[in-house]
Amino acid sequence: MPNMSLTRNEMPVQDADVRNKNFKEVALGYTEEQAVDEAKRCLNCKNKPCTNGCPVQIDIPGFISKVAEGDFDGAYAVITKSSSLPAVCGRVCPQETQCECKCVRGIKGEPVAIGRLERFVADWHNANSTGAAEKPVSNGHKAAIIGSGPSGLACAGDLAKKGYDVTVFEALHVAGGVLSYGIPEFRLPKSIVQKEIEGLKALGVKVETNTVVGKTVSIDELMNDEGFETVFIGSGAGLPRFMNIPGENLNGVYSANEFLTRINLMKAYKEDSTTPIKAGTKAVIVGGGNVAMDAARCAKRLGADVSIVYRRTEKELPARAEEVEHAKEEGIRFCFLTNPIEIKSDENGWAKSVVCEKMMLTEPDASGRAKAVAIEGEFVEIEADCVIMSIGTSPNPLIKSTTAGLDTQKWGGIIADDNGATSKSGVYAGGDAVTGAATVILAMGAGKKAAAAMDEYMQNK
Amino acid sequence: MFEILEKKCLNPTVTLMRINAPRVAKKAEPGQFIILRTDENGERIPLTIADYDRENGSVTIIFQIVGATTEKLNHMNEGECLHDFVGPLGRATETEGLKKVAVVGGGVGCAIAYPVAKKLHEMGVEVHSIVGFRNKDLVILEEEFKNASSKFVLMSDDGSAGEKGLVTDALKSLIDSGEKYDRVITIGPLIMMKFVCRLTKEYEIPTVASMNPIMIDGTGMCGGCRLTVGGQTKFACVDGPEFDGHLIDFDEAMARGAMYKQFERKAHEDTCNLFKEVK
Repeated sequence: MPNMSLTRNEMPVQDADVRNKNFKEVALGYTEEQAVDEAKRCLNCKNKPCTNGCPVQIDIPGFISKVAEGDFDGAYAVITKSSSLPAVCGRVCPQETQCECKCVRGIKGEPVAIGRLERFVADWHNANSTGAAEKPVSNGHKAAIIGSGPSGLACAGDLAKKGYDVTVFEALHVAGGVLSYGIPEFRLPKSIVQKEIEGLKALGVKVETNTVVGKTVSIDELMNDEGFETVFIGSGAGLPRFMNIPGENLNGVYSANEFLTRINLMKAYKEDSTTPIKAGTKAVIVGGGNVAMDAARCAKRLGADVSIVYRRTEKELPARAEEVEHAKEEGIRFCFLTNPIEIKSDENGWAKSVVCEKMMLTEPDASGRAKAVAIEGEFVEIEADCVIMSIGTSPNPLIKSTTAGLDTQKWGGIIADDNGATSKSGVYAGGDAVTGAATVILAMGAGKKAAAAMDEYMQNK
Repeated sequence: MFEILEKKCLNPTVTLMRINAPRVAKKAEPGQFIILRTDENGERIPLTIADYDRENGSVTIIFQIVGATTEKLNHMNEGECLHDFVGPLGRATETEGLKKVAVVGGGVGCAIAYPVAKKLHEMGVEVHSIVGFRNKDLVILEEEFKNASSKFVLMSDDGSAGEKGLVTDALKSLIDSGEKYDRVITIGPLIMMKFVCRLTKEYEIPTVASMNPIMIDGTGMCGGCRLTVGGQTKFACVDGPEFDGHLIDFDEAMARGAMYKQFERKAHEDTCNLFKEVK
């Protein structure tokens, strides 16, 4: 008999007043009992609407029924048929707009907590699995992956499982891309990311850190001189945007990328870190996406009084509802319909305050969202010695500018077809480098699709 | 790994190291830089490439001991390995079409000015090198500069080496004596570059300054190295590190350079104390 409770099992979390002072993971995960109880809420629908909502088409009722039986290893096997990074996606996927919003249980009551179950299964596997991955037999073909973020890791994993000799090139000193430098420890512990990467290495994947493709070596050199038959570009969208308002280069003003990289990659939040960070006493974060929430919650943990400034209203916030909730619980203030026009300086060249214009919503614009326009003559000045610009990123032009024959969009995205094939023969691309900033799961899906296409290309060569 | 193949003390505060980094050596050009970390928990610091040898796969860096990381670096020896070494980053010095150039270096900036002078000299460009130091103990690369220049002027603040005075004094007198440069390339402390650029602007001589701001990734990702050039925000790591000196907002660059001064001072002291204890 299914569990007909209208509400899902709550996942234990660190208390808001405790967690807003540490960088440990906020959500603590289900116990076995909670997971089994939650899994029993699934009706095992024949037409699997949830699976249709999943960008990588995980057999969701399939893995959940295994959980209900207490066969957690079996559940893991079902998930990994479609997903390369379950411990990551179970934490950072926007399930509420993907699988969970399609769940029949959600029509009357709360949907099955699919994300929490995915996370449980992956964590259980990581904690209990003893079987080491077997290195597949080599097929003698070489593939290069540029970037070790979600798309690159997914692509590398799928190719390695088929026996390809895969090398991942990473510009930074640590692999993981945005999973390492962007998403904070309290949302995605770095040990989980490293575990995924160790898993790939066990499959024979080589990871070359400190290699900036486009500078250290070019794609043409990889293909012509180093024998790589195919290349996958998963270099992400790492270039920060600024507003181009007066005062943006003052001391104390960061891009969210810099702020988060100092904290996540360089561990600047630790007492003994060699990399400094200044979250100030009063921090203002500009923007309303997940990255803005991450930056705000980091600043809070570093002791600042934090406000998020967003030009539209709460309804239009692009961040996940859960992240917004968490931020509010942790004591972060939201200033809606507010748009910065200038950052003012103290006498030493440090940010002192942010001058904002008040906004109102009008007709929807091309993106379908209500357009925010300034209300004439209405301004507000917010005190801030730290200002973090979190208004989006765009693809890095480094690869485009050093690879002949690679077509890109006007805004910088690499042009690729549904299978990731670019205008250059043998070169594939996927993830944020193609779509612009999106989600981990979409990038992972693109990496997997490209891996299948690269496999076909190399087999038919 | 990135082994230290050679270590040489150039003066009490400046050290040269030749690092095994074949991929970087293969691509390096004058004007570009690398980012290194000494150890697993080290910070990332950018250093301009002082020289490279494509055949034996080595890259030379010259650094001044100014903070915790350079202090740690200076305590490493031949045979030891740097944890990370990535590059070459940034754009190479533009040398095309030049006939006569004044290279103006100050302090440890001369380490970066030298490979530029050398390349120009090898290309057949007439090079006048003007280098300045605080005193005679801090002079580096004197012979090397002489060999790469048709005119070499050494300046020191106290007159203990070469002539007493600033590099701007020397540059001004050369220009006033009729030397016609089609470009001035200046590398050194921000305040020195600011005044070199102010001088050459008066004389309308195109001038390039090499910037070395605080940065993390060096690939355009963090934006920490941004500066204002001609009213526009530029990233030193990907758009530079060399920019039109007449358009750089040097005052802003100086303020940004001092952003973590307190932290850096304390980190340096802590590191020094640590090494003292070990002794």
